Amino acid sequence: MANLAEPLSSNALPTASASQWRSDLSIRIRRSAEYIAIPLFALAVSAVLFSLFLLALGKSPVQFFQLIIQGGFGTAFSLQNTLQRSAPLILTALAVAIPARIGLVMIGGEGALVLGGFASAAIAIPLVLGKVPPMLALMIMAAIGMGVGALWVGISGFLRYSRGVNETISSLLLTYIGIAIMNFFVEGSLRDLTNPNKPSTMPIGDAYMVGKIPGTDVHWGLAAGILLAIVLHILLSRTTFGFAVRISGGNARAAQAQGLPVGRLIVACCLIAGACAGLAGFFEVAAIQGRANASLVAGYGFTGILVAFLARQNPIAIIPVAIMFGGIVAAGGLIQRRMDLPDATVLVLQGLTFVVLLVSETLYGRFKIFQVSGTADRT
Amino acid sequence: MSDSTFIVLIAIIGGALRVSTPFMFVALGECLTEKSGRVNLGLEGTLVLGAMSAYAISYHSGSPWLGVFAAGCAGAVLGAIHGYVCKLPKVNDIAIGIAMMLFGTGLAFFFGKAYIQPSAPRLESFSLGEWTGNQQIATALQVNPLLLVGIIVAAVMAWAFANTKWGLIVRMTGDSAPAAKAMGVSVDLVRFLSTTLGGFLAGVGGAFLSLYYPGSWNQGLSSGQGLMAVALVIFARWDPVRCVIAALLFGAAGAIGPALQSVGITQGYYFFNAAPYILTLFIMIASAGSKKALRDVPGELSITK
Repeated sequence: MANLAEPLSSNALPTASASQWRSDLSIRIRRSAEYIAIPLFALAVSAVLFSLFLLALGKSPVQFFQLIIQGGFGTAFSLQNTLQRSAPLILTALAVAIPARIGLVMIGGEGALVLGGFASAAIAIPLVLGKVPPMLALMIMAAIGMGVGALWVGISGFLRYSRGVNETISSLLLTYIGIAIMNFFVEGSLRDLTNPNKPSTMPIGDAYMVGKIPGTDVHWGLAAGILLAIVLHILLSRTTFGFAVRISGGNARAAQAQGLPVGRLIVACCLIAGACAGLAGFFEVAAIQGRANASLVAGYGFTGILVAFLARQNPIAIIPVAIMFGGIVAAGGLIQRRMDLPDATVLVLQGLTFVVLLVSETLYGRFKIFQVSGTADRT
Repeated sequence: MSDSTFIVLIAIIGGALRVSTPFMFVALGECLTEKSGRVNLGLEGTLVLGAMSAYAISYHSGSPWLGVFAAGCAGAVLGAIHGYVCKLPKVNDIAIGIAMMLFGTGLAFFFGKAYIQPSAPRLESFSLGEWTGNQQIATALQVNPLLLVGIIVAAVMAWAFANTKWGLIVRMTGDSAPAAKAMGVSVDLVRFLSTTLGGFLAGVGGAFLSLYYPGSWNQGLSSGQGLMAVALVIFARWDPVRCVIAALLFGAAGAIGPALQSVGITQGYYFFNAAPYILTLFIMIASAGSKKALRDVPGELSITK
């Protein structure tokens, strides 16, 4: 299959002449220009629409966007806050993007995050009580969180593969079930009774928390997210596995005819996706909250869907987009206080952006400037 | 023991009558949309926005029925956006559904902030159990006029699908867009209208949540009912009457937790709360591979492929 990969990939063949190579490069640049220009255009349109929305309410859009820049990226503190929030967004966006590459609309990241986070907080209880060395304990917690997350999204993938159950609906249902499972334990048998305020599991304690990246106030989750995004990008674009995934995503029947194990590839993509979201849950518990409780249900999984779509399901592009949305989320509090807007303002902006972005899909292939002769109808 | 079994049973039946209405409206709306060959996964957002609009209008006008109408209109607007956008080439109706779900929920939370505190006039109800003379039964079997409206809508829809020209056009569009085009029917228009009307029905279902049961507006009002209703349509195999039955079944599943709690069984409350989701999932698994479902599915539908 490695032989098969060579002639079909868009890379220039070693035998191609220099001029061919140049024209190939220009095709690639033009195509990627389209993939950057249209999402940027969609962002601009949603910013304009959202400004009109604010104007209709008598609020100043200029102030709104200033506050986003100030509250998300303006100071060293706000920038670190932004990066802190973009870590789970990178991971939950990967949880959408990987299944999307094989043609699935999987939106169960929130459930895998919550359940993965809960599982790592639960396994931490015996580890902390048994005085296991922190490094080892954190590795076990991360592995359990990823495993449970993988299982959770994997169920949707398996149901899709074995029974043809629609993965979008099943993954969202599993999110609700996952949250219910966490509530069941957090308010029941695993509740920390010394904390009367909010039902939580036992705190893992400072000694067991994940540290900060040296010189910053940002936890290691960001580094893990970026690293994972790069690894998954290489996996998808440079390996036989990734090639098989992309073929199956493009045309499942053709892939099957080629003898590719489409079903197993689907399940594998879902397991990877769930592990990413579960890892996000682990970092939320081990780096931010210190325990599992209802704060895990913070909507990162849903914002991650938007991030993945805006990045066109490309793991590398997810990184800057996640940082941008991390900034918007981080600025939410400031906007709420300064402009007297409800906290759902960010939700409206996200929803609007998402709709406009999906509508902009219709623009692909319509502009001559991005087209090279003979490639117009490739999508 | 038998006494508490009786209480639980009555509470479940009462709960089914009470909780099922939003399921019913959303399922009927989705049924209409899917019959025309399109999927609207955004009805969860429609439900929440409908609930908020109904509560706000009822509070300002003093008329809950005006609120119900406003909820329907809000739902119709969201449905119309979905219906218009999906006719554009390369736009994925499932992804748009997710986006509309986030957008509708965001709008509802945004404008609904001001209505969490005040109390709006609610819909009146009447009891199906007065004749028994048993106070408990009478209270449990209170039903809302919207439940009856929903059943009537279902009956009318079933009749219209089978017997009217419009019903035939919608079914034809859903089964084969080329056939509809050949007959001179505008596929986009039919789907646009079906999605808009479906959104209207889902919005009305939302009005029930805020104006009758639970009967107030807050951000946790709907947790997936809209989505479950979408799954329920597959189970009901795109038949309005079966949608009603399925909605009652879902209402009953949702009522198990509170019913057991009313007799003091609180163990596993969260698991019983999750019962409707688990039931939905099992129903989806069971109906996914069934030949009957394959026979009844509208041919143009992307959700079952």
